[in-house]
Amino acid sequence: MKASWVAEKKSVETSLVSGAELFIQGLQNEKVEVLFGYPGGAVLPIYDALYKSEMKHVLTRHEQGAIHAAQGYARVTGKPGVVLATSGPGATNLVTGIADAMIDSIPLVIFTGQVATTVIGTDAFQEADIVGITMPITKHNYQVQRAEDLPRIMKEAFHIANTGRKGPVLIDIPKDVAVKRAEVKEVEGIHLPGYQPTLKPNILQVKRLNEALLQAKRPVLLTGAGVLAASAEKELVAFAEYHQIPVAQTLLGLGGFPAEHPLCLGMAGMHGTYASNMALYDCDLLIGIGARFDDRLTGNLDHFAKKAVVAHIDIDPAEIGKNVPTEIPIVGCAKETLSALNQTRGDKGDYNEWVIQLTKHKTEFPLTYKTDESELKPQKLMQILHDVTNGEAIVSTDVGQHQMWAAQYYTFLESNRWITSGGLGTMGFGFPAAIGAKVGKPELPVIAVVGDGGFQMTLQELGVLQDWELPVIVVIVNNKSLGMVRQWQEIFYEKRFSHSLLDIQPDFIKLASAYGIDGKRAETESDVREALTLALASKKPFVLDCVVTADENVYPMIAPGKGLHEMIGVRG
Amino acid sequence: MRRIISATVLNESGVLNRLTGLLTKRQFNIENITVGHTEDPAVSKVTLTVWVEDDRKAEQLVKQLHKQINILKVRDLTNMALVSRELALIKVLTTPDTRSEIKMLIEPFRATVLDVSLENVTLEVTGDGEKIDALIELLRPYGIKEISRTGVTAIPRGTQKKVLELHPYSIM
Repeated sequence: MKASWVAEKKSVETSLVSGAELFIQGLQNEKVEVLFGYPGGAVLPIYDALYKSEMKHVLTRHEQGAIHAAQGYARVTGKPGVVLATSGPGATNLVTGIADAMIDSIPLVIFTGQVATTVIGTDAFQEADIVGITMPITKHNYQVQRAEDLPRIMKEAFHIANTGRKGPVLIDIPKDVAVKRAEVKEVEGIHLPGYQPTLKPNILQVKRLNEALLQAKRPVLLTGAGVLAASAEKELVAFAEYHQIPVAQTLLGLGGFPAEHPLCLGMAGMHGTYASNMALYDCDLLIGIGARFDDRLTGNLDHFAKKAVVAHIDIDPAEIGKNVPTEIPIVGCAKETLSALNQTRGDKGDYNEWVIQLTKHKTEFPLTYKTDESELKPQKLMQILHDVTNGEAIVSTDVGQHQMWAAQYYTFLESNRWITSGGLGTMGFGFPAAIGAKVGKPELPVIAVVGDGGFQMTLQELGVLQDWELPVIVVIVNNKSLGMVRQWQEIFYEKRFSHSLLDIQPDFIKLASAYGIDGKRAETESDVREALTLALASKKPFVLDCVVTADENVYPMIAPGKGLHEMIGVRG
Repeated sequence: MRRIISATVLNESGVLNRLTGLLTKRQFNIENITVGHTEDPAVSKVTLTVWVEDDRKAEQLVKQLHKQINILKVRDLTNMALVSRELALIKVLTTPDTRSEIKMLIEPFRATVLDVSLENVTLEVTGDGEKIDALIELLRPYGIKEISRTGVTAIPRGTQKKVLELHPYSIM
């Protein structure tokens, strides 16, 4: 009698597992392949469970590196990036990356440790109210109160992060919750009555857009990251080709439509092409797809698409009408909506004259810069990167001049090759994001194009390259300054270069060498070609420090407060 | 313009924080806000009065609130036929001379006396904001010691007038 009681008790106990083990099981259920993280006190139980599991974990050298790596991973794989950090400073170090992922709609599931529930609210060691702190910069967040809730919360979090308009979801796990034992139960379905994203478009609005297409003479498509998030590239090409509508792209939408397609006008906005911006200015029908009409794209709204009927396709109803009054609102996923448009297509409008006019703009006013044999031009550097990698590489950047030159001159032929911090404009993003991208797509060459300023914000992640022997190539566009700040000071602040010139900088090659990584300094075009070719063939990490023209500016440009038609620097 | 927005939310900790945080982030100024359980204890109803510049801002507010995961339903009640009420507790200074005068004054407002002391009397009044404002102005000469107002709570009327134009938020 007693023996059977003992046996029974034992079997109940063994069927109980700790919150930390439920966490590992939750990751396995979601088919998570890799975690980016950094340990600490409050996550010790979770790291102990990780130690016993098969789960791959990339240890970065700073939590900011972990979250940007997860962003890069998510951007190229389409799967949510998963981050793990400890409480207090570990969690607050993630904040920049969370805000970045929120504004650029990148799916992330972020786990933070928290002090034990018994001491929450007492200003305990390494306590920070990360749920409160991240409320405005997450799609949703949770604090787990009981271990048995963790499987349900994880299932919901992955669902929320990677459906609808994608975004970061944070789960805060108090230390005692990770230790407490709970029964393993199958989570049955997801019950979120307040979250039902609309994927299929309203067919009446689709019909209205088809009618508008028939009446239009000068239609233009403006495509953003929503096309990439929905994997709607094929549908987009089919739609644009059938109707013969020219395509302008947002910064984050690059690659969604092949750059060398005859209908492609290139990037629009502050540093966009003349053809794209004039198309948006002159059009009589503007169809925005998965783009949010950000101020750097529209310029002065008083001059934006004023002659046009505006149709806006977006999965997030709150984006429609937010910045630009919209006549034809279509709430739906880009793929579903473009499919519906392709299925219901009928007669075509005649836009021939318009396409000819824009093509003329393209050939008459291409992106251009003054060449100078004696110096390495940053624009030329991007063209060389394209040549040497056949345009196949994944390119990630920070924010600033180098970002704009990469966007203008790398020429993205395929989708999901471009990782950049668009909305938040985060310095130090590009290099860790490249690490995440390489982990997600090891078969593709990955190049981190960074400025000498931004690289110094997260260069500690060279340790990850060394650790994993990850063949990421870091290309430093070195102009010994915070280039975009310098450019604005030159143009708008009468050349008062307040704290933007970084004459004192480390020897980046020696720095790389300290991490056991090869590097080279390039001062000419042939230096770049040679070093890059070798680096790509070596399949090893590499740092290429490119000394470029220091006072080169990004053109063309629309000054702040000006309209899309008021571009400066259109002709070289 | 003044807008009355009603939101049905999950009764979870932090949800009010989420809602008001969103309004702060998008620069909406809350004039007043009331929260309470509904017929379902797991669900609460929030009624908020906000000032917005124009219809587009109001639409944006409703859409942004709707995006929150634990906000179930959002309605702009402003243009609907509705019953709305606010409650106020007012403590007025009294003397033996004015006590009965005040009692007479408040009668048409259907206010009731909740508490009486030698120096003051506490009144309760329910109604729309204008009615409460009027009573407060009337009592001010006697000396108001303290006012506590609940903010507006509202519910649409059972029968709504037929409106020809389309519902402004039909795309949701």
